[in-house]
Amino acid sequence: MAAAEKQPVTGAGPLNGVLTWVDQRFPLIHLWKTQLTEYYAPKNFNFWYYFGSLAMLVLAIQIITGIFLTMHYKPDAQQAFASVEYIMREVPWGWLIRYMHSTGASFFFIVVYLHMFRALLYGSYRQPRELLWIFGMLIFLCLMAEAFFGYLLPWGQMSYWGAQVIVNLFAAIPLIGPDLAVWIRGDYVVSDATLNRFFAFHVIAIPLVLLGLVAAHLMALREVGSNNPDGIEIKQNLDPKTGIPLDGIPFHPYYTVKDIFGVAVFLVVFFVVVFFAPEMGGYFLEYNNFVPADPLKTPEHIAPVWYFTPFYSILRANTINFLWIDAKVWGVVCMGLSTMIFFLLPWLDRSPVKSIRYKGPIFKTALAIFVISFFVLGWLGTETVSEGRTLAAQIFTVLYFLFFILMPWYSTLDRTRPVPQRVTG
Amino acid sequence: MKKNIAILMLVGLSAGPVAAADSVRLDPAPIDVRDFASLQAGARTFVNHCLNCHSASLMRYNRLRDIGLTEAQIKDNLLFTADKVGEVMNVAMPKKDAKDWFGAPPPDLSVTARSRGADWLYTYLRGFYRDPATATGWNNTVFDRVGMPHVLWQLQGQRVLRQEIVKDNAGNDVKDAHGNPVRRTRFETVVPGSMSAADYDHTVRDLVNYMTWMAEPNQVWRKQVGYVVLFLLGLLVLVTWLLYKSFWQDVH
Repeated sequence: MAAAEKQPVTGAGPLNGVLTWVDQRFPLIHLWKTQLTEYYAPKNFNFWYYFGSLAMLVLAIQIITGIFLTMHYKPDAQQAFASVEYIMREVPWGWLIRYMHSTGASFFFIVVYLHMFRALLYGSYRQPRELLWIFGMLIFLCLMAEAFFGYLLPWGQMSYWGAQVIVNLFAAIPLIGPDLAVWIRGDYVVSDATLNRFFAFHVIAIPLVLLGLVAAHLMALREVGSNNPDGIEIKQNLDPKTGIPLDGIPFHPYYTVKDIFGVAVFLVVFFVVVFFAPEMGGYFLEYNNFVPADPLKTPEHIAPVWYFTPFYSILRANTINFLWIDAKVWGVVCMGLSTMIFFLLPWLDRSPVKSIRYKGPIFKTALAIFVISFFVLGWLGTETVSEGRTLAAQIFTVLYFLFFILMPWYSTLDRTRPVPQRVTG
Repeated sequence: MKKNIAILMLVGLSAGPVAAADSVRLDPAPIDVRDFASLQAGARTFVNHCLNCHSASLMRYNRLRDIGLTEAQIKDNLLFTADKVGEVMNVAMPKKDAKDWFGAPPPDLSVTARSRGADWLYTYLRGFYRDPATATGWNNTVFDRVGMPHVLWQLQGQRVLRQEIVKDNAGNDVKDAHGNPVRRTRFETVVPGSMSAADYDHTVRDLVNYMTWMAEPNQVWRKQVGYVVLFLLGLLVLVTWLLYKSFWQDVH
């Protein structure tokens, strides 16, 4: 009879009876309190702390627009291209749904990259948030898979040949490579079979995993509490009477209302692109993808969508056969490492402080070089290969990896400043 | 400063098209997809000259009502390849025959303006010249050895490409840094067409305008909706800002 012992809900609204009935059968009030009204977040969140809730918003946009696209899209090599144009032309408001989905894909990466950069700035991956960071990284990997599978679906030239190039990377793996590539495609070339399975991965397999990981990410966040721009733990300064962090404020209503303002500003930027520049100069919707997929005609210049270009550059930068292993294999290994190495950040950063505010000049310089490398590699990935560009990609690939590999040393050597007891706003 | 970085990241993405492999300088197409007279003229040229070999299989005839035509007008003047205005712009030519005749089947033109761009089409359709070395006897400055013959030749006439040495005002040859004479190519009309050069440019302009509209018939409506949505979102930003500020008054 534990349920009957719960206190009835007393509040100002008219629904107390219903809420009491539900609460005695479901941990409604408990969840409401632990997740929102009695979850205390640091009061000094700045601009960089909008992107977590915005990532949730973009996820919701992608799922809802995706459901409506699935109602009209045909995952069939003969019909896919025309069905997308059918959505754009004949389905009422189909163009809006499709542009929101295609723009949402790019904005998902913009938001997630900024969210990850926030973690780099303020050391949000450091103890005790290692697992929170790992869940986040798994979400990032899922997001890349989701984007890759989804990009094949419009069945344009870039869809087709992009998928061809990436699946062929697996063929570079020694011994099992060629068979593995056939197994992934379900055919000897990218074909109808490939389109069907990529559709299945895009609309159900990856989204399911993604939602589970987002739930785990949020649960881990509630367990350890948010970091903040000062990189100090607010749980170390509790009010002696109430036991509430002195620098904490309830997530609801303070951060819900602040995040809703962030959502409104984000939607302005998002819809400027959707309504006035849905192609975004060929970066969000590539021009060549308005040509139907043709297995017999390789495009002169195959470029992945912008959010993959830094990693694509790292792949192409490997031009030397080393240790009897083909350069292509090293490229695949380096590209894989360039994303996986983020997992190690919690253990690579040995600085006595978390936040960049109290870190010294060495870390700041290293981070700046890393950000520049990421942008330069991203730009190089959109360009055709030339001798000079390959050399540049090699130099910036080395710099990219040195940021991580040398971190245990430079973060220890760096001259840090003393950290305050309380957050500084 | 941090905000500026984020804004730069967004702006930097709109810097330019990814695939600009063509080294040929393209003439900017002076098009306006809200100009119904131009779109209607372009639709006529498209149906009369392009729609014999090229399909536009994603474009329904009755969609032409969006550029100010009535169903009767469409039926009487433009409906050559279908029986009903609800049908799409298909062609009767079998793909296999087309491949035998031209080397490659003429591509569907529904969304070509989005892959090639208006400027490319505008320059391409004005770039044909006589070349005895090719199978069709035609070549193009934008698309070398193109399989398509010059379909609009009766309008533009027949031209050849001439190379000449550039002269300055005094009549002397212009030399480059290495002392070699600077050459340029220019078109020379050998058989005049039914149109003047200016009229032909105008006709191509209308045709490219129509193809640009056809590639995304919703594009004008899209922007109109955009203004309304952004106005409402502007109000939402204001209201949520005031809400945020009033809730946060007591946080110090």
